[in-house]
Amino acid sequence: MITKTLTSPNNSISLQPKRKGFWGTVISQRELVLMSVPILLYKILFSYVPITGWTMAFQNFKPAIRSVWKQKWVGFDNFVKLFTGINGERFIRDIGNTLAQSFITLVLGYVCAIALALLLNEVKSMGFKRVIQNITYMPHFLSWIIVAGLVSTMLAVPSSGGMVNQVLMTLHIIKEPILFLSNPNYFWGVVAGSNLWKELGWNTIIYLAAMTAINPSLYEAADMDGANRFQKMLYITLPGIKATIVVLLIMSIGWILEAGFEIQYFLGNGLVVEKSEIIDIFVLRYGIQMGNYSLATVAGMFKTVVSIILISGANFISGKLGEEKLI
Amino acid sequence: MKIRINNKKLTTGDIAFNTFNYAFLIILSAAMLYPLLNTLAISFNDGMDTVRGGIYLWPRMFSTRNYYIVFHMDTIYSAFVVSVTKTIVIVITNLFFTSMLAYTISRKDYILRKTITVIFVLTMYFNAGLIPNYMLIRDLHMINTFTVYWLPNIISAFNLIVIRTYIKTIPESFIESAKIDGAREFRIFLQIILPLCIPTLATIALFVAVGSWNSWFDTFLYNSAKQNLSTLQYELQKLLASALNAGTRTQSGGGGANAAAQAGSSNVTTPQALRAAITVVAAVPILVVYPFLQRYFINGLAIGGVKE
Repeated sequence: MITKTLTSPNNSISLQPKRKGFWGTVISQRELVLMSVPILLYKILFSYVPITGWTMAFQNFKPAIRSVWKQKWVGFDNFVKLFTGINGERFIRDIGNTLAQSFITLVLGYVCAIALALLLNEVKSMGFKRVIQNITYMPHFLSWIIVAGLVSTMLAVPSSGGMVNQVLMTLHIIKEPILFLSNPNYFWGVVAGSNLWKELGWNTIIYLAAMTAINPSLYEAADMDGANRFQKMLYITLPGIKATIVVLLIMSIGWILEAGFEIQYFLGNGLVVEKSEIIDIFVLRYGIQMGNYSLATVAGMFKTVVSIILISGANFISGKLGEEKLI
Repeated sequence: MKIRINNKKLTTGDIAFNTFNYAFLIILSAAMLYPLLNTLAISFNDGMDTVRGGIYLWPRMFSTRNYYIVFHMDTIYSAFVVSVTKTIVIVITNLFFTSMLAYTISRKDYILRKTITVIFVLTMYFNAGLIPNYMLIRDLHMINTFTVYWLPNIISAFNLIVIRTYIKTIPESFIESAKIDGAREFRIFLQIILPLCIPTLATIALFVAVGSWNSWFDTFLYNSAKQNLSTLQYELQKLLASALNAGTRTQSGGGGANAAAQAGSSNVTTPQALRAAITVVAAVPILVVYPFLQRYFINGLAIGGVKE
């Protein structure tokens, strides 16, 4: 989400006399300090101290040895291991899966959300619009486990309630039921589809909000000129939300390595692993389940560093475009 | 809201478009709702009968047996209690600490205002990663404890900014006059700022509660060895995992789909029916707060949202 820029000039008027200095001000504001500094230290402990764990990336980390400094230092060995040999093949495959799943989910999600927002915007009856909005927003609040359960039921064979196969067979699009969850070729589609079902309605909110800001006189002028519904949509509504679309798109590209985690973890299985495993699952498997903490840390570091570069880039570009910055 | 004055007659094209639009939106909503209604129907249908297939929107053999079993399973009952307790504790601690910090950084003269804001906002954009975080929790001896559910989550940077933005709209004279009356900072926060923030805090509480209720990963990662700390979502995930394993095994072997139903150990109902009932139990609290949540979608979400 975009938050207010923090780099705005500090136009506050200090009530404290200047000569007090830093510590003098701290003492005079000791109540505020007491209310905030413990929480600050807490945050540093839980969000910044773990970064020291990155030293594991340069060690052959054995969890049995309690002290970080007694571990064996191996330099950049783990980085080499992560990108070469059998681990490398797997990790590079997982980067590919992450990017592909993110990308498909992103494109499908964007196009459908904008299309739905345009259609909802054309609905004149407020009551009908409200009902449709409430129904389509609801899946956003369900947990991924519930969604995964529903998806697995819907995609099953017709005899176990697989509605998707049943509809496709009734329409004579397919003759045999498709085994969506055990065929790797469908997995990316399943991830994108699940995300679409869950987030489609929710993602329209921001576009609908942007659409209400479009000046109504533009539509009136278009009516005078004899524009039809479709032309108004294309030449007024869409350009009106262009800025929102562009900013959200740039932001999403910054978050491209966040392909989700849960849906892939729940629905992934041995049959589809070549298409389902993403970086986060790689880290979980190597780190927590196989006990190879060092390699998993390197993989996690790689993801964090690339993400920071992408997000800063996105931030920079959206700043250049004159839109509000993310930070 | 935009007001359009349109006193022209509808053209044929408009009528065609409206018909298509309404029909499309109705079909879309039906497709959105169907999986939920289907699960609801299965949960109220006799477990053995469900295996025969063909349950769509309405139970064929109505039965509340699945729910009876769910609430008499010790694991599910305890998981339900843990989920509820955890959600309440997270909402209270999170709101209290987040708004207290938000109050301090809303004060323009506070010397650490910028430092604190930057330190918190940065955490929205990076994460040390799964393994270092896991190691920290291990070193703090928080694995297999209830503490791990709430302590790492008492502040959310995004909500901090939202609340701070809201507090800034409160006139400073409120704070000044309280000071003249001799109130100290903590009391100003507790008795003046906090009550004024209730509308915003209510929204945030709902979102925090939904997030906590739906969370699964913390149980899985830290507390999976302790059955008495298991949560509803985690129990549901275990059931789903066993059903899916059985399902894909039979799918790849070309067998029927009934094996998923036979894979469980329960002989009074079937895992499919049980899973449907637990799904409903896990979804109902969300659907109960949903009407309250949806009031805030358009307005509330815009607080930290885009400039328009």
